[in-house]
Amino acid sequence: MKDIEYAAPRSLDEAAAILNERGSRARPLAGGTDIIVQVREGCRDIDILVDVKKIPELSAVQFNRDEGLTLGAAVPCYQIYNNAEVAQAYPGLIDAAILIGAAQIQGRASFGGNLCNASPAADTICPLIVHSAVCSIYGPDGSRAVPVEEFCSAPGQTVLKQGEFLVSIALPPPKPSAAGRYLRFIPRNEMDIAVAGAAAYVELENGMIGSARVALAAVAPTPLFVAEIGERLAGQDITDETLREAGEIARAAARPIDDMRGTVEHRKELCAVLTRRALKGAIERAQENA
Amino acid sequence: MAEKRRVQFIVNGDKAEVYCSPRESLLEALRDHLYLTGTKEGCNNGNCGACTVQLNDRIVDSCLVLAVECEGDEVLTVEGLAGENGLHPVQQAFLEHAALQCGVCTPGFLVASKALLDANPNPTEHELRYFLAGNLCRCTGYDKIVHAVMAAAQTIQENE
Amino acid sequence: MAADKQYRVVGTRPIRHDGVDKVTGEARYGADIHLPGMLHGKVLRSPHAHARILRIDTSKAEAHPDVKAVITGVDLPQVADKVQDLGEMVVNLKDESNRILATGKVLYEGHPVAALAAADPHTAEEALKLIDVEYEPLQPVLDVRKAMEPDAPILNPNQRTSGIGAGDGKPSNLARHFRHERGDIERGFAEADAVIEREFITSMIHQGYIELQNGTAHITPDGRLTIWCSSQGAFSIRDQVANICNIPLSMIKVVPMEIGGGFGGKTGVYLEPLAALLAKKSRKPVKMTMTRAEVLTATGPTSGSYIKCKIGAKKDGTLTAAHVELYYEAGAFPGSPVGAASGTCLAPFKLDNVRIDGYDIVVNKPKTGAYRAPGATNAAFATEGVVSELADQIGMDPIEFRQKNAVQQGDRRADGPLFSKIGHVETLEATAESPHWNEPLEPSSDPAKKRGRGVASGFWFNGAGAATASISVFADGTVSLIEGSADIGGHRASCAMIAAEVLCLNAEDVKPQVGDTDSIGYTSVTGGSSATHKTGWATHEAALKVKAEVVNRAAKMLEVDPDEIEYHDDATLSAASKPDAKLTFAQVAARANSTGGPIVGEAGLSTGGAGNAFGTTIVDVEVDVETGKVDILRCTTVQDVGKAIHPSYVEGQMQGGAVQGIGWALSEEYVYSGEGRLLNASLLDYRMPTTLDAPLIETIMVEVANPAHPYGVRGVGEVPIVPPVAAIAEAIYNATGVRMYQAPMNPAYVLSRIQGKA
Ligand code: FES
Ligand code: FES
Repeated sequence: MKDIEYAAPRSLDEAAAILNERGSRARPLAGGTDIIVQVREGCRDIDILVDVKKIPELSAVQFNRDEGLTLGAAVPCYQIYNNAEVAQAYPGLIDAAILIGAAQIQGRASFGGNLCNASPAADTICPLIVHSAVCSIYGPDGSRAVPVEEFCSAPGQTVLKQGEFLVSIALPPPKPSAAGRYLRFIPRNEMDIAVAGAAAYVELENGMIGSARVALAAVAPTPLFVAEIGERLAGQDITDETLREAGEIARAAARPIDDMRGTVEHRKELCAVLTRRALKGAIERAQENA
Repeated sequence: MAEKRRVQFIVNGDKAEVYCSPRESLLEALRDHLYLTGTKEGCNNGNCGACTVQLNDRIVDSCLVLAVECEGDEVLTVEGLAGENGLHPVQQAFLEHAALQCGVCTPGFLVASKALLDANPNPTEHELRYFLAGNLCRCTGYDKIVHAVMAAAQTIQENE
Repeated sequence: MAADKQYRVVGTRPIRHDGVDKVTGEARYGADIHLPGMLHGKVLRSPHAHARILRIDTSKAEAHPDVKAVITGVDLPQVADKVQDLGEMVVNLKDESNRILATGKVLYEGHPVAALAAADPHTAEEALKLIDVEYEPLQPVLDVRKAMEPDAPILNPNQRTSGIGAGDGKPSNLARHFRHERGDIERGFAEADAVIEREFITSMIHQGYIELQNGTAHITPDGRLTIWCSSQGAFSIRDQVANICNIPLSMIKVVPMEIGGGFGGKTGVYLEPLAALLAKKSRKPVKMTMTRAEVLTATGPTSGSYIKCKIGAKKDGTLTAAHVELYYEAGAFPGSPVGAASGTCLAPFKLDNVRIDGYDIVVNKPKTGAYRAPGATNAAFATEGVVSELADQIGMDPIEFRQKNAVQQGDRRADGPLFSKIGHVETLEATAESPHWNEPLEPSSDPAKKRGRGVASGFWFNGAGAATASISVFADGTVSLIEGSADIGGHRASCAMIAAEVLCLNAEDVKPQVGDTDSIGYTSVTGGSSATHKTGWATHEAALKVKAEVVNRAAKMLEVDPDEIEYHDDATLSAASKPDAKLTFAQVAARANSTGGPIVGEAGLSTGGAGNAFGTTIVDVEVDVETGKVDILRCTTVQDVGKAIHPSYVEGQMQGGAVQGIGWALSEEYVYSGEGRLLNASLLDYRMPTTLDAPLIETIMVEVANPAHPYGVRGVGEVPIVPPVAAIAEAIYNATGVRMYQAPMNPAYVLSRIQGKA
């Protein structure tokens, strides 16, 4: 592994100063499960890792049913699924938290890190998108907020500017008769990167679909929010046909590539199937949550 | 060259200190600085679990943790599992149930299994398989490992 | 189903002797070595699958203050063009030398071109970037069929086809074409009521041992070389290093460290000769370990293959003829396991009319190595697949069909040899009677999930060979056992049990260890499922010698004729003429030094009479017909194990083999780019089964003792990987109605078959 430096700032300003000074040669270190491998294998050329786990704002989980959830960017997955209140309020997030890596990875990996790694196949990003999550960013010019669906700009790239970093992710408060679901397809039953994934969030109204949001993983350069599905489903009855149509919209929206993890054809097919199944799962949860 | 750092932490209950460069992993600190070679390397990128150790209250892949991140932390490795009363029940069960062949995955499985049983003393087969999915074993086909961990769970409960 | 003879220790399940060391982290594997002043070596590897090396400039690396030695191909001595038998593979030394460090051309991505040693592994790795290599990239050839086309790029311009088709004198990637032929297949096919001909493709796959390759070398000023490494045979490593580095073998000592899995992949050398050369240059100990990416790209995976298989049967199920064409990737140098494939592929079937064509073909991929029943799994996927299809077509139960055609003692194997005592019929019967086969498979409540059951059989020769064991008696009545076989899966415990059996001791009273090449006699590699057969036998002979000597000493102590001594099951000795004077083994041991000196028994022998193994696997799958995903619900592996010395470890071999077969069937494959770069060189994307990908594996051990071995031992390690791929294909067919002709049967392939697109 190339020689690197390490810094562990204790405040937002201290971190912003280092990141600003070192620019693209610096990279925040949260759980490290992606960045350490990337530096070791020479796919990310940087000089310094800035450990952000000692900054209080990045390690906090705040939740109440009126204001929603604020998730520090470095909070590891296990702290999310082990938090009974959060798990109950956002089962669609927990779907992702429990399938990232295995126990060892879940002890370190964070939603924030997954988001900043900006892989199109990331498991947390689509669930965050459908839950209308918003990123809170800090940098030399202070704070700004960006919806998660606008955060990733290309594979491995985000809207973060020089010196900026992700502090936390905010989710709106949970609503009754609403729920999310995330499903991914992998060839094994664990430890794989998604060949394709679909997150769905549904709010029911009078037994019908009030509104819905669907996002797809691993089928475009960035996690793909498919607004047309929400438009098509709003106000619809819950029928197999509606769900099937949603799946077809997903299939059409997907712009996957052929790579060693999957083919275009298989990925498109999976989008249709997973979208239908994720919507169905979200609806069932929402019905239980009435 | 990045400056080397002195890292002080607790390993298997004892104070330990390593002087290492930031690029060195916790796995390297354990194996190459402290000569605790029980923890194994199988992939060096978080995909096999051979390097599993407990870091404070969680298991981690020690190849994915920088040693410099561990200042003040507590680390438990396979060398620290056996206590005054001999082998940990998980170790004993692995022996009795022939849950190892080559044994190179065994340290990781033992540390992970102990953590599982600490958190969930009575796991179902699925819970157990889910928790251990980050540990690859190429020799056993997992069958005897599953049986051993189940048996260890029972022993621990009987001893309580 | 027990072999007839009853034993005291053999067949029981004691705790293995090396177990405590392995559950406490005490056991030392190759990478656990730390020597004073030790350097770390790293290898510079070719980024190209096929290229000419125009120039290598190591001057910058040599000038680096922390780099202590740099070597390239020119540092390897010239070696003769001669072959060496590695137990499971036969190799050519010139090719081997070229494989260790390329000269002239690189033939696969990862082919070593230089190596260096530095103070620490990170510095060594970074310093590799200072070596300048200029390549002229050449067109690679990655597929066996393309490699045989007339205008294919040629890997080795000096290579001519041997065997059939030899003599046209043109350079060829086809290293060898051979044929086994008996009877008249044309007539056989004419007699058949059903003839099925299919083509099968399997991917190159890796053994997947969890321990990375490693080797540490130290040379003293007088030239004595010590190597510490994890291998399947210390003597074989010694001999290979001696040949490649041109060092007399008496100057080399190989210390076998514990080995973290091999499955055939740790019989050949990779790092050891490099570490030796670097140690010589730097005059320091040098340790080398591979990364996982290096293991996957540049060690010896097993062949991908293209197989054509045509079999005919009568309405009553009798097989009439078979023609199998086996095209195997050898990798960059000749030597695929196609020979073994030809011997195994039709072995379960009684057949009078057979033709088997084998093709050994070089391609720009790593030189293939042995992997658990080398060659047999690919071939069984094809032959068992066609047999299942035939059974289905004529409407016969698949086990009954196999029983109808099953070989027995005295039958001729398709490729020629006569079978001695074998247990194929018995395993099929046990399969038919098994709980699994007789319990119905319940359908899923989810309409997208279809379930099916499949069954298939497989064959492996098993091995024998040279082995040495040495037993010394301790004064307290226990014994030490030193043996020469690398212990991969627990056979050291089996040997200790055999010693205990002979000497009427407890298994725990024997302290076994694997000796280094200077401390124990020659022992061939742990491969071909030979270790318990040969080393167990040597142990048996050594123990008999100890026993005879203990009898002599007891006679001396009791002052009677040795013939009068009776050695009892409880390890006591007595003489009829001295009814009151009973001696224990421990008492005799305690007096050894005064009754004639230390008691030792040693035996070195070359065993023959390996008993062939047959296995049958039943598997239930659930197929998600919307995604193509296949899950294994249940799996039973039935095997003729000869006599199970330590049944737990026999079951372990069966279970491990079955799950490797599951990986082969569903998720493991080498994915190459068109330029010949391996795209999935990590355990993230080279997908071996996790805990969640396999069910508990039921085992049925059928014990048909091997009459040629003192305990009836047959090898057990290899055959369990042979049937699963074919059994899973059959199960998927029974679930979905579509046949599988490609391994792995990954979701994209399965779905495309279900949707009728492939
Ligand atoms: S070595 Fe750390 S997970 Fe494999
Ligand atoms: S026992 Fe060898 S890898 Fe698990």
